Amino acid sequence: MEQGANMVTTRTEVTLGSLKGNARRRRKEAVIKAALVGAAGFSLAISIAIVLALAGEAFVFLSKVDLSSLWSGVWSPRRGDFDIPTLVIGTLWVAMIAMTIAGPLGLGAAMYLSEYASPKTRRRLKPIIETLASIPSVVLGYFALQVINPQIVQNLMGATSTFTIMAAGIGVGILTIPLVATVAEDAMHAVPAALREAAYGIGAKRRTVTIRVVFPAAISGIFAGLILGFSRAIGETMVVALAAGATGQAPRRYNPLEPGQTMTGAIASLAIGSDSVKSADVNAVNPFTALYFVGLLLFVITFGLNILSERFVRRVRRNF
Amino acid sequence: MSTLASSTATTRASVEAALRGRKRDIGGTIFSVLMLSALLLSLLILVVLLVSVLQDAWPVLSTRGADFVRSDTSRIDSRTGVWQGLVGSFILVGFVAVIALPLGIAAAVYLQEYARDSRLSRLLITNIRNLAGVPSVVYGILGLVVFVQALRSVTGPDVYGRSYIAGGLTLSVLVMPIIILITMEALRAVPNGIREAAYGVGATRWEVVRSHVLPYAAPGVLTGAILSLARAFGETAPLLLVGAVTGYLSTPTGRTPIEILQGQYTSLPTQIYAWAKLAGQGWRANTAAAIVVLLVAILVVNALAIVLRNRYDRKW
Repeated sequence: MEQGANMVTTRTEVTLGSLKGNARRRRKEAVIKAALVGAAGFSLAISIAIVLALAGEAFVFLSKVDLSSLWSGVWSPRRGDFDIPTLVIGTLWVAMIAMTIAGPLGLGAAMYLSEYASPKTRRRLKPIIETLASIPSVVLGYFALQVINPQIVQNLMGATSTFTIMAAGIGVGILTIPLVATVAEDAMHAVPAALREAAYGIGAKRRTVTIRVVFPAAISGIFAGLILGFSRAIGETMVVALAAGATGQAPRRYNPLEPGQTMTGAIASLAIGSDSVKSADVNAVNPFTALYFVGLLLFVITFGLNILSERFVRRVRRNF
Repeated sequence: MSTLASSTATTRASVEAALRGRKRDIGGTIFSVLMLSALLLSLLILVVLLVSVLQDAWPVLSTRGADFVRSDTSRIDSRTGVWQGLVGSFILVGFVAVIALPLGIAAAVYLQEYARDSRLSRLLITNIRNLAGVPSVVYGILGLVVFVQALRSVTGPDVYGRSYIAGGLTLSVLVMPIIILITMEALRAVPNGIREAAYGVGATRWEVVRSHVLPYAAPGVLTGAILSLARAFGETAPLLLVGAVTGYLSTPTGRTPIEILQGQYTSLPTQIYAWAKLAGQGWRANTAAAIVVLLVAILVVNALAIVLRNRYDRKW
């Protein structure tokens, strides 16, 4: 009886306030959350800053430039010729050459790693792709200029120039292999084992399973990898700047065995030559500002491609 | 009796043959060899690249060795060295480590641990994924407009804004999306049971993250951090736009740290680019030797990351 009375006196009322925990702890929690929100919001601020910086300056360029000079047949900013097709053709050549190399090699490597290699071989072979991915692009630029161009492009394809779009394209292709391989392998890896087992159960060979079951099931992810690779190849700068012959000017050319200019190459060469191209005439268009316009073009193209590939990746996730 | 036995034997043989397959699957073998050769061709390219660079670099590395690493830039090919570029690259990477790592990890913690699956958070994640795919030159243009031109008075009043600060900030902005994505993946791999156990004993959300989620995700986060720092170390294109010096660079002595950071700079990849464009065997050898220095730094760091991952990779 006495014990019961004691228990009654020690019982305290439970209110909503006592469930909330103490105030200091809650304040700390709120501060930390605000800091984390700020950090996440920063990324949004970056993309807005990119768009504003590019769009603002590109608009200034477009309002001053004579629009016919954007289609004049020659890319020569210092003389007021800003032929955009020259850059687009060069860029497309580089990206297409790069994808004919990175596509088959990247997909082949991905298929082997995902479907054929044992876990042990996989662990041993995957660092090859990872090491290739870690090579800086400026190194590939040197390689394209000093090895690929003389040994492959000049010897086997009969080019005569020290700089060729072909050598740059091959260099960019080598850089793109790891990206294509990684995205495609992730997609094939995500195909449920049950699909494979069902096919093996009715007597399918490994090759049949790979080509007829896994490949179609992962096709969206494989597409995503190829699109991302293409986008990466379009945006690659250093290989092109070193090996494609990206100098201050270039006539419109269609042959990849000759030197050429790409969007990224044009930006790089404008950036380096910035001191020497400032015009004395205030009203004349400053050739330097062309780099903002080309940059905006590049940003829009790659951003569009990235969104497209994101769509494809999401489709894989929805299916499984 | 004997005919029965022999017919049993032939039946058994034919069944066995049917089960084993009449001949080896030649098409399948060719297919698997093709797949493997795609991988081996990548390896071959890697080996040819490394060997040819080493071959080109050998005259410089064997005769000058440490002297090449310790010398400042020079217009004379037999006297130039990578010291300024090496120091510059390390300072730039230091910037990334101080600015992009904490911001990136914090953003990832918010998106993965705090944010509800709302429209806004999905928009943020899509946006970050796209930012990771934006070409690095475009980040260079951003750095040029924002850090070099608009913030000139802060980043480098005496050098037209083309300073370590501008370069470091540009690289930080460039690798931040990559750090966020890798960190988010590492956080996602921590099973929910760990979080629920902490909530069960009354931890607040931050306490759950701080004492449970982050320690378990640490190896993944660390690997990602190392890889993105290596990426920043080798990045060239954006630095050309924010004014890394491609030619001769003098190093005045007796400056305060702030003055150094607001001063002119160069980086190892920038030097490689500049030298690769110069004519002559001497410069070709110098370029290759500088590449060897760059690759040694990056490959060692990467190998470290791979070893770390293999050691701490945890299967739940």
